Amino acid sequence: MSISVHNLSKSYDKIKALDAISFEVNEGELFGLIGPDGAGKTTLFRILTTLLIADEGVAKVANMEVVKEYKRIRESVGYMPGRFSLYQDLTVLENLNFFATIFGTTVEENYELIKDIYIQIEPFKDRRAGKLSGGMKQKLALCCALIHKPKVLFLDEPTTGVDPVSRKEFWDMLKRLNKHGITILVSTPYMDEAALCDRIALIQHGKLLEVDSPQNIVDRHQKIIYNVSAENTYRLIQDLKRFPTQEAVYAFGEFIHYTDSKSSFSPEELRAYLLQNNHKNVDIHTAVTTIEDVFMDLASTFKSEAIEN
Amino acid sequence: MKTEKIISVQNLTKMFGDFTAVKNISFDVYKGEIFGFLGANGAGKTTAMKMLIGISKPTSGSSTVAGLDVATQTEKVKKSIGYMSQRFSLYDDLTIRENINFFGGIYGLSRDQIRQKSARLIESLGLQKESKKLVKSLPLGWKQKLAFSISLLHEPKIVFLDEPTGGVDPITRRQFWELIYAEADKGTTIFVTTHYMDEAEYCDRVSIMAEGEIEALDSPKKLKKQYNTNSMDGVFLKLARNVE
Repeated sequence: MSISVHNLSKSYDKIKALDAISFEVNEGELFGLIGPDGAGKTTLFRILTTLLIADEGVAKVANMEVVKEYKRIRESVGYMPGRFSLYQDLTVLENLNFFATIFGTTVEENYELIKDIYIQIEPFKDRRAGKLSGGMKQKLALCCALIHKPKVLFLDEPTTGVDPVSRKEFWDMLKRLNKHGITILVSTPYMDEAALCDRIALIQHGKLLEVDSPQNIVDRHQKIIYNVSAENTYRLIQDLKRFPTQEAVYAFGEFIHYTDSKSSFSPEELRAYLLQNNHKNVDIHTAVTTIEDVFMDLASTFKSEAIEN
Repeated sequence: MKTEKIISVQNLTKMFGDFTAVKNISFDVYKGEIFGFLGANGAGKTTAMKMLIGISKPTSGSSTVAGLDVATQTEKVKKSIGYMSQRFSLYDDLTIRENINFFGGIYGLSRDQIRQKSARLIESLGLQKESKKLVKSLPLGWKQKLAFSISLLHEPKIVFLDEPTGGVDPITRRQFWELIYAEADKGTTIFVTTHYMDEAEYCDRVSIMAEGEIEALDSPKKLKKQYNTNSMDGVFLKLARNVE
């Protein structure tokens, strides 16, 4: 087991950032922690990287207990925080050498691991880190997190605010790293990235909603979702929400994802209702369920209790 | 069909030293339209947007916003637009009500107007219980919905939204878009940037910038057809070359 978390809780004043969560990450896994801002992802990362102590529960990383063996854990994990935290006044190469030195190694020794990524920033090796573009900073930070050949790599929201092209490149990079046998725990608010992980945990309000492979999570979702479209999307959303047996109405790209609460539901009754309300070009067909659908379904069940807290 | 031009951009260019961030772009946005302004990081979106809201001077070219010349009537332009971004939205250390009062004051509304609008705004967002809480205690999604509503306090003709939903949970993200739809339905023009490609589908028209130029501009439906793909993600991946 690469990471094991048992009943972990952490509160800040009255806010429960983590609420008794448990999960395990296998060796060599690419594991995704999927959830929005404020879900508790960063708190979990900080506990696992020994920077924060939990109120309750036990966590182990690479078979070492995070509180008792924190020094040894620090030697064997790489951590890329969400906020850029390298030395802005040092050059690319200076940053890299600095991190290699504190971990008692050299850039040459582990060059093979970072080569793929490093060659992309090599043309700027004498530029100060603070002067790099966002994408370049990210690549440098990843190199620095990898320079001591960690067993486990923690990446906290590496793709937030990053455009789809660069996000795709970043994930290709992760897949290649994962092939080197490094266990990766990565968090993201982008639900479409869930499908790229071996297993995922869906997290909201400090609670895990699900832990499994993306496919299993989607397969387990029993509710039928319909793609609905019509000429005026805004009016369509409003009217769908007024349909007596609606359970969920969510805009989803070019369609509205509609879920009905009745098991005997037939799309024809919905079509008739929409036509009656003067919708044009009404189209209703079964949709392919995505992780985002499952997340919203689970989150809406949990939501009411979370707001009371 | 929306036909009244509310933003008109002609040959807009911005250079920083010998680097051209925005290259001779021209496009129109119509009244009441939801206009998606997409592009990779570093493609020039923010630079272009800054010129449209009058906080950056173009190297060459011109633009009119709400019938006003941005270069010569800059202050008037600022009064007729709203703006919110992902980074700076509201003052964390003020309460919801204080933020509304503050921005209402900045926009030059009278006390009466502020009082009325503030009550309506708090009620429509369902924040009655929270109105005396500090903004920093709100979840990000609520902050963003509040920031959007505040950017509309002075009833601007156009509102510019710079990545308003980044990191927001999926349900609140959709509620945010319903606020956008409702506002556009009233005739307000929405100019929005996003990295969520499903949100690109919610726009009437979308432009995609790459290396300072507008590579494509059309409705999502037509773009998908033109680039022979079934999602905006597909269109984006084909067009938005990585400039780094």
